[in-house]
Amino acid sequence: MVTLAINGKSVEAPENATILDAARELDIHIPTLCHLDLHSLKMLNKAATCRVCMVEVAGRRALAPACSTPVAPGMEVKTHSPRVIRARRGVVELILSNHPKSCLTCPKNTQCELQSLAAELSITDITYTGKMSSHKADKSSPALVRDMNKCVLCRRCETMCNEVQTVNALSAVNRGFRTTVGTAFAVPLAETTCVSCGQCVAVCPTAALSEVNNIPSLWKLLGDTEKFTVVQTAPAVRAALGEAFGLPPGRAVTGKLVSALRLLGFDRVFDTNFAADLTIMEEAAEFLDRVKNGGRLPILTSCCPGWVKFFEHQFSDLLDVPSTCKSPQHMFGVIAKTYLAEKLGINPKKMAVVSVMPCLAKKYEAGRPELTVNGLPEVDLVVTTRELVRIIRDAGINFNSLPDGEYDAPLGASTGAADIFGISGGVLEAALRTSYEWLTGATLEKVDFEALRGFAGIKEASVAIGEMRVKVAVASGLGNARKLLESVRSGESAYHAIEIMACPGGCIDGGGQPYHHGDVKVLEKRMQALLSEDQGKKLRKAHENPFIKSLYADFLGEHNSRLAHKLLHTGYVKRQKM
Amino acid sequence: MPQSPQGEDCKKLAAFLDSSIDSSGRNESALIKTLYEAQRIFGYLPKEAVFLISERLNVAVSKVYGVISFYSFFTTKPKGRYQVKVCLGTACFVRGAEKIARELESRLGIKLGETSLDRKFSLESLRCVGACGLAPVTLVNGKGYGRLEVKDIGPMLEQYTDGKS
Repeated sequence: MVTLAINGKSVEAPENATILDAARELDIHIPTLCHLDLHSLKMLNKAATCRVCMVEVAGRRALAPACSTPVAPGMEVKTHSPRVIRARRGVVELILSNHPKSCLTCPKNTQCELQSLAAELSITDITYTGKMSSHKADKSSPALVRDMNKCVLCRRCETMCNEVQTVNALSAVNRGFRTTVGTAFAVPLAETTCVSCGQCVAVCPTAALSEVNNIPSLWKLLGDTEKFTVVQTAPAVRAALGEAFGLPPGRAVTGKLVSALRLLGFDRVFDTNFAADLTIMEEAAEFLDRVKNGGRLPILTSCCPGWVKFFEHQFSDLLDVPSTCKSPQHMFGVIAKTYLAEKLGINPKKMAVVSVMPCLAKKYEAGRPELTVNGLPEVDLVVTTRELVRIIRDAGINFNSLPDGEYDAPLGASTGAADIFGISGGVLEAALRTSYEWLTGATLEKVDFEALRGFAGIKEASVAIGEMRVKVAVASGLGNARKLLESVRSGESAYHAIEIMACPGGCIDGGGQPYHHGDVKVLEKRMQALLSEDQGKKLRKAHENPFIKSLYADFLGEHNSRLAHKLLHTGYVKRQKM
Repeated sequence: MPQSPQGEDCKKLAAFLDSSIDSSGRNESALIKTLYEAQRIFGYLPKEAVFLISERLNVAVSKVYGVISFYSFFTTKPKGRYQVKVCLGTACFVRGAEKIARELESRLGIKLGETSLDRKFSLESLRCVGACGLAPVTLVNGKGYGRLEVKDIGPMLEQYTDGKS
């Protein structure tokens, strides 16, 4: 430990701590902009590019960036001396001098970290005038928009994309005033290895990276009296939506979510959870088939479109490894436009399926050309949790006073196994609950597989199912997925099944969720919320869902039947590695 | 587009990578050296070369491009077979290099920094080749021409019209 003094107060800090860490111990707030430490997700952006956290260190001529200056014994630091305050304001004014002042119409308005910083430092005037960057916005991606005029070069997106996700789509390019964050050879983002996970959007302090805005299209759809509108909500949405309305993180708002969607005018309010249960039927059946008939093992989950695109780029030699199951979003869409349309006597051409997702990659997935049913898109429109917040506000709905609504039947019913699809490890846990009972014919008494839960990047477990020891692994974050996949490629992997989610911690940390602004405790609470939803359900095994049973009895036939295969399974394509 | 011997060049680059990487360790520190060699082989840094380097050095292609875009020496634009470089350093400048540059531009039909459509000539400026006594100086594929006057430019370029260097 090292003893130093900050603003005259003595503090002890570990040797590898920074001045910023030590100041936090004393509850001294040093403003930052580029710095981001998501320790439980193993993401640390220590670029020290913005110079907002400059402090005075006795004996040093120049000011030092607190975020990257290590503590030293006897160090005397001043965090808010007149000299520091003057320099810090100067730095922020310089950043603002090359930033569009269009906050009122910016998608990040009220959520922007640069805006908050300017407010915190009471900046009312910008002394500096100079050249402004003029980059053309990149709107090529179906999921996200890059507007580099709003970039502050914090490099968080780069750290996320390259070090955490190992997608390697973004890098700082050019130099001096022309420096920007861009793609190799400046190609449009849609032509890169970007998987639309949206983690860059989740950590961008400004609106340099934001999601494709589908709100106008949704209002248009809801105003179209010709259309029969069906909405589905992903499990992770209910765990985070309340935060945006000031409710404490970790409070699931399932009932209010349903009521809000009904007020918005959807004809039916359904749950992606139903399709999650359905996914387990097909995936567990596929897994057991591979086990019994010597098929390709391990099986990899295929619910996450970011992950699917990642392996199509990076592991295109292993396209036979993932499950062929469509994701729950698309299983829902296809069942809605076939089974449900028939049941309700509605022309599928008049039906519009809208998804509310925690995810940006779902926007991309909905546009994949093979995911169509009888020439119709399986999913017509995807909005994120964040977009839903704005739609609810648009509609003047007082969210917090809404009563708890109930999902419609039949595509609104689900078991606890579906709720945990939103957290890392949950899909595999749900699959194990069902596989166990199907393989042994016995009842699984203890349904909780604790070893698969939590934020660790890679988790593994060995589960006794009858005579067989099933070895499973779970990875979240694509860098961790890459490690597991490399062991599959080299043949070292002894796993039977692997679950992958692109976002660290799973969909609760999806690129479309309310911004966590670096507070990872929020994510832990969202995880807890979904675990509680699961525990609160009477039925916690997907195959016990009575509406799933009747879906098979009335329509699909057996698990993995020909019809099930035609509707619920898909294939993958080889994509360029760079 | 004229046929370029890119396949041959890729083989040369691969051979260079084979001979150099394993000794220095496959890592980022070999990047600039490798890019330099690749640009020597190809005359510029085409995508194929950059992808190959990225893969073999295990450095993300976006990062490699970041480095290329940082250094003005590296270029991803194809260069002509004859690279004409006119010195605009102080000594050359005061002895009329500006006029030489303009004459080159008008005779080649391209501006400084450009390459002719048939990829025969590219024209660039540089700052001092260390031969100020010969100012103004122009290099064509490394060969120096000194004490140039505007009237010398035509005959100088004529030497490079028949496809020989």
